[in-house]
Amino acid sequence: MAARFDKLFHFHGGLHLPGHKDQSTATPVVPARVPSRLILPLHQHIGQPAEALVKPGDHVLKGQLIGRAEGYVSAGVHASSSGRVVEVAERPVPHPSGLTALCVVIETDGLEQWRERDEPPTDYRTLDPSELRNRIRDAGIVGLGGAGFPTFVKMNPGAGHAIELLIINGAECEPYITCDDMLMRERPADIVTGMTILRHAVGARECVIAVEDNKPQAIAALQREVEAAGDPTVQVVTVPTRYPTGGEKQLIKVLTGREVPSQGLPADIGVVCHNVGTAAAVYRNVMDDQPLVSRFITVTGGGVAQPRNLEVLIGTPIADLVAQCGGYTDTADRLIMGGPMMGFALPDDALPVIKTTNCILVAARAELPAPRTAMPCIRCGECVQVCPANLLPQQLYWYAHAKDFDKIQDYHLFDCIECGCCAQVCPSHIPLVQYYRFAKTEIWAQERERRHADQARRRHEFRLARLERDKQEREQRLRERRKGAPQDTKKAAIQAALERSKAKKAAAGNAPDATAAAAPEPSGDAAEATPKPQSKENA
Amino acid sequence: MEFHTYSSPHLPAHNDVAVVMRRVLYALVPGALAYWWFFGWGVLINLALCVSVAVGAEAAILQLRGRPAGRFLADGSAVVTGALLGLALPPLTPWWIPVVAVLFAIVVAKQLYGGLGYNPFNPAMVGYVVVLISFPRELSLWASPVGIGAHTLNLAQTLQLVFANHFPGGLNWDAVTSATPLDAVKIGRGLDKTMSEIGRAPVFGDFGGVGWEWVNLWYLVGGIWLLRERVIRWQIPAGVLGALFFMALAFYLSSPDRFPSPLFHLFSGATMLGAFFIATDPVSASTTNRGRLIYGAGIGILVYVIRTWGGYPEGVAFAVLLMNMAAPTIDYYSRPRVFGQSRE
Repeated sequence: MAARFDKLFHFHGGLHLPGHKDQSTATPVVPARVPSRLILPLHQHIGQPAEALVKPGDHVLKGQLIGRAEGYVSAGVHASSSGRVVEVAERPVPHPSGLTALCVVIETDGLEQWRERDEPPTDYRTLDPSELRNRIRDAGIVGLGGAGFPTFVKMNPGAGHAIELLIINGAECEPYITCDDMLMRERPADIVTGMTILRHAVGARECVIAVEDNKPQAIAALQREVEAAGDPTVQVVTVPTRYPTGGEKQLIKVLTGREVPSQGLPADIGVVCHNVGTAAAVYRNVMDDQPLVSRFITVTGGGVAQPRNLEVLIGTPIADLVAQCGGYTDTADRLIMGGPMMGFALPDDALPVIKTTNCILVAARAELPAPRTAMPCIRCGECVQVCPANLLPQQLYWYAHAKDFDKIQDYHLFDCIECGCCAQVCPSHIPLVQYYRFAKTEIWAQERERRHADQARRRHEFRLARLERDKQEREQRLRERRKGAPQDTKKAAIQAALERSKAKKAAAGNAPDATAAAAPEPSGDAAEATPKPQSKENA
Repeated sequence: MEFHTYSSPHLPAHNDVAVVMRRVLYALVPGALAYWWFFGWGVLINLALCVSVAVGAEAAILQLRGRPAGRFLADGSAVVTGALLGLALPPLTPWWIPVVAVLFAIVVAKQLYGGLGYNPFNPAMVGYVVVLISFPRELSLWASPVGIGAHTLNLAQTLQLVFANHFPGGLNWDAVTSATPLDAVKIGRGLDKTMSEIGRAPVFGDFGGVGWEWVNLWYLVGGIWLLRERVIRWQIPAGVLGALFFMALAFYLSSPDRFPSPLFHLFSGATMLGAFFIATDPVSASTTNRGRLIYGAGIGILVYVIRTWGGYPEGVAFAVLLMNMAAPTIDYYSRPRVFGQSRE
């Protein structure tokens, strides 16, 4: 592993995109207003949804757990302000497919009254890593870079994975988004302390905070903080601005020259990567006992009067945020959660922001025009030149279009990170990423179906085998009765009669032993004791 | 407030098929002008005829297939096919030759296979080969370059010849056409002449044939511009020219008197047009980076083989079609190593 990161590496493909970042970095970050209503989905992360702990009418305090993590890969959900629960129901949530999820709706009282908080530990280094992980899990902290993977899972690389390098990802490569930039500028100490806590949990030898070179102020702020700490194993590394450098696998490649194995995890090559926002959230949790109740969010685009960054309570409706940024302009046309490359369009601004929301992009019509009509693929291969996963997007498209899901997996569909570079350069304006998502969903559905079918088949085969065995046993029993048992019993009956008469005759004299021969009872239903397959599989 | 939703990415498009096609046409201009300068009005007549028939045929078939004709015509691919055929065919050929070639290219080779993006073979080259095989005599009558032939026809005379098969003032084919340099080499080698004997013919210029060398040079300039504009990538032209150069060099060095020089091969016939404009047709070519190099090299080798030992003086069209056939296989075996996959 490169010790000093003097030499950086290169990943295939990628794009230089216009940044549009300056428009939202002019003013310092301020806390957003407490909205009158908070909408808190219980599923804001990758993994199992949390289980609701409150019911309508309950009074909740800021930071109170309202949804408990269920299963291993899951995260708790907390009330982001104090107030009264008014609803626990399925509601639309920000999701690419417009899904609904169970949400807790809180009518805030405006008091921002915290639950009781513990004193900070005198030294987090004395905390056991597993204790630290539980803390982070209870605090509902998930990856704030966008994917929302529960952070504590990454803090547990598992046996056999010695972690050498902890990367704090401040690359923030997608256009328009500046929340990480502003966090690095304004709260570098939180990030650096959060990093050392995360490092303590995994025992990483070295730490790197990686920032793209279009954020000089952030780099300078972090640099100052790291120098003040004076730890030679911690470094701020400036990486070239190129989309998607902020992708975890791409950033690891740039820094170390090594590739995370396909379908593998960074821990497989001794690396763990966390977003800067996650590091700051970890800091706030460990040092101030705050669960994840707020985050920095960029509200930007030509459709917003005053683009800026806000520190927002999770669950705040988007409309509230836009109102605090001067409202919509006349040209506001599209509402995107996330950036213009990987973000998803939302139909309506009543939806809340969630833990993974880094940006609300309200685009003007001219800024992000409606997609143009897709034309046939001419196999120009421009997508091949820009694919950071080094895939052949034109072939993937071909097989997705033909619904040839075996072939598309031969071409490594599941290594696609959906960064959108291919679609961006496509001269035929084919919504390539959409085709890949479609293919992935179809394959997942097929696999689920296949699993069910396999189970049904096994159950059926087992049943046939059992019926066959029962039949054979029955026949065996009959045979035995017909052959052995009936004759034996006849003989025995005759014998018994004879003996009875003998006995009568000898009644007067000595009494002989009565030998009653009985046919052995066939071992009847022992086979039935074998476990029956489970009844209906939970769908 | 409610908003439109579309799938990501959301940024405005970088690129467009119509823009790509338009740039290809721009890049053809210098070569086409040189061609016209050296070979006369027939070049422009062919171009006009081919492009208009191509657009007409495309429109008619799109109409029949119930496709939005306006949208597909606007992509400019029919114009490019027409223009390439116009530049590939002999300049004084009778009008029905370009018409047949273009109709076959657009109707059969392109639209019957599903239109733009679905044709396994380069449509222009299919059209060219159809007339080359069907009408060998007409396809062997090449106009003499200006200054070599006894007579140079003006626009009116050329029109009369092309459309009415009428020669002005007692001229005949011999007076206005001559063997191309590639023809001369083929015939000369057939008669066991040495290259120095063959090279004495007036059609040979400084490093290729008279006129042809400049036409090729200007196609090369246009091709380099296409590379710079990233309309095409370097692999296919490099493959074609590199393979042709090294084949020619190897044989030239082994026997300079029996084989023409590599430079002659690079600047004769349709080499540059083929390398930068025909072989690079993305639809029918290989699509992986490594595959394109192999695909191009295959064309270069086949061009040399056909020119040197084949039945035809020029082999670009056959080479391209043969490699079109191989493209899917090349693609399959030249897949790049995907990020995170182990290096075998």
